[in-house]
Amino acid sequence: MQLNKPQNFTTPLAKQSKTQTSNNRALKGLLTTAACALLGVNSNSEANTNVLADWKFDTALMFYNEPSRVSASEAIIAGTKTFNNDQILNLKVTVDALTGASANGAVTQPNPQTFTSPSGEKNYQVKANTTPLDNTFKDFRLQANAQWTQPLGNDYTWSVGSNLSKEYDYLSVGANTNIAKDFNKKNTTLSAGLALNYDVINPVGGIAKPLTPMLYPNQFARSVSSDDNEADSNNKITIADSDHKTTADLLFGVTQVINRRMIMQFNYSLSQVDGYLTDPYKFLSRVNNTGLTQQYLYENRPNSRTKHAFFAQTKYHLNNSIIDASYRYMTDDWHINSHTVDLHYRINLSKGSYIEPHVRYYTQTAADFYQPFIQEEAVLPEFASADYRVGKMDAYTLGVKYGMPVTSGQSMAFRVEYYHQTPKNAGFTQPGVLAKQNIYENIDAVIAQVSYSF
Amino acid sequence: MNTINIIKCSVIALVILLSGCSALGVEPWQRDLLAKDEMSLTAAPVDAALDDHIYFSKEASSGGRSFGGGGCGCN
Repeated sequence: MQLNKPQNFTTPLAKQSKTQTSNNRALKGLLTTAACALLGVNSNSEANTNVLADWKFDTALMFYNEPSRVSASEAIIAGTKTFNNDQILNLKVTVDALTGASANGAVTQPNPQTFTSPSGEKNYQVKANTTPLDNTFKDFRLQANAQWTQPLGNDYTWSVGSNLSKEYDYLSVGANTNIAKDFNKKNTTLSAGLALNYDVINPVGGIAKPLTPMLYPNQFARSVSSDDNEADSNNKITIADSDHKTTADLLFGVTQVINRRMIMQFNYSLSQVDGYLTDPYKFLSRVNNTGLTQQYLYENRPNSRTKHAFFAQTKYHLNNSIIDASYRYMTDDWHINSHTVDLHYRINLSKGSYIEPHVRYYTQTAADFYQPFIQEEAVLPEFASADYRVGKMDAYTLGVKYGMPVTSGQSMAFRVEYYHQTPKNAGFTQPGVLAKQNIYENIDAVIAQVSYSF
Repeated sequence: MNTINIIKCSVIALVILLSGCSALGVEPWQRDLLAKDEMSLTAAPVDAALDDHIYFSKEASSGGRSFGGGGCGCN
């Protein structure tokens, strides 16, 4: 963790050209007018432009698409103001919209399958020999972050921030603080940080009783008549309308300048999550010894998770290019271990433009409660999930970014990435008809992004 | 992995690292390359924020570079 520029969205103002271009002013004026219009305030364009002249903005539009699955669009606007005494205020707003289909956890079958939507109001069908996807998936998220960073004396940097994120069925609020101390002529920086988050989930249709079956309307009627206290939703036996989780993150870092061309960073982070960690929309297929699904059960995960992450990064400046390499090892008490290698190579072209190829490789082992399905004759475990995201998996990303200055103080960048996930069999034998099914389907995604800074 | 062992190893590694660090580094006037924006450790924070959200939603790991917890109902 480098705290010299903890929310380094911009060049510090001091480094910028004193002569802001008229384009820049016009843009900031426009932004102010738009903000004032939104707030219903009369905007005095010249006065407000001056207020915003001290700000630097970074914006981005990103599109994420998995063909025949999820599509997401995300927009970010981040504003940074650097005050005279090196105090930095960073404000960021993120919005994203999600539509499309997401794997519901059930296994592929040689027959068509019917599921009840999370609201219980309608059914959706999945064709034979096709990975079951829930196509009722839709969400909109609004996130706001604020971060204040300032020097304390000559050698310390202190930062404090907060975040708020709201989705239709989810709310997250959090706060963080960091302290960093420089040593050895600022060649070594030690830092420590703490972040706390409180999340509330309010799933559509309520929270199912763990590992109870998904119900169809006719089954629901029977269930209600047999036990009025439990069955209170259209498609499941629920235990609550909402639940919550808390996350505490500790982060310790060392940043070291090696020589004129090279800088390194080592971080250790500890993350403790407690509360409702289950995905309320995911099923597990309960199959008989011929591999045919008999029931769909709502998954259940442990109510705590302790994660340790070790992160190392190095940046090396060659004559006309920069290598940025990082590695992360993560291990947790769900017995998920993962390795991530990330490599960026920025090649400077003429007139301030650059091209930056990117490669990322990721591999993880399965959580100890992961199982792709449950055998009908087996005793129900306490915890089980068929979500491929906690299963054994490899993934890689290939991408390229092109950036260029537009005018003084303004720049633009385009980024395209291809992301490929390969879920793997963690050692489960597929009985009967399941042996011929592909229950670990690969996932492809394309990411496209345009960024603009002014 | 045992938490106490991890903390012990981290402290030992930190001490070794710090004792070696005093020999490394540059003088203030040798920071011409390191002072460039593109040499900061998170040179593209907007890209990093978008990537963190994608990988947090699609994989079982998060954090490392910065805080990794909470913030979205996507996993």
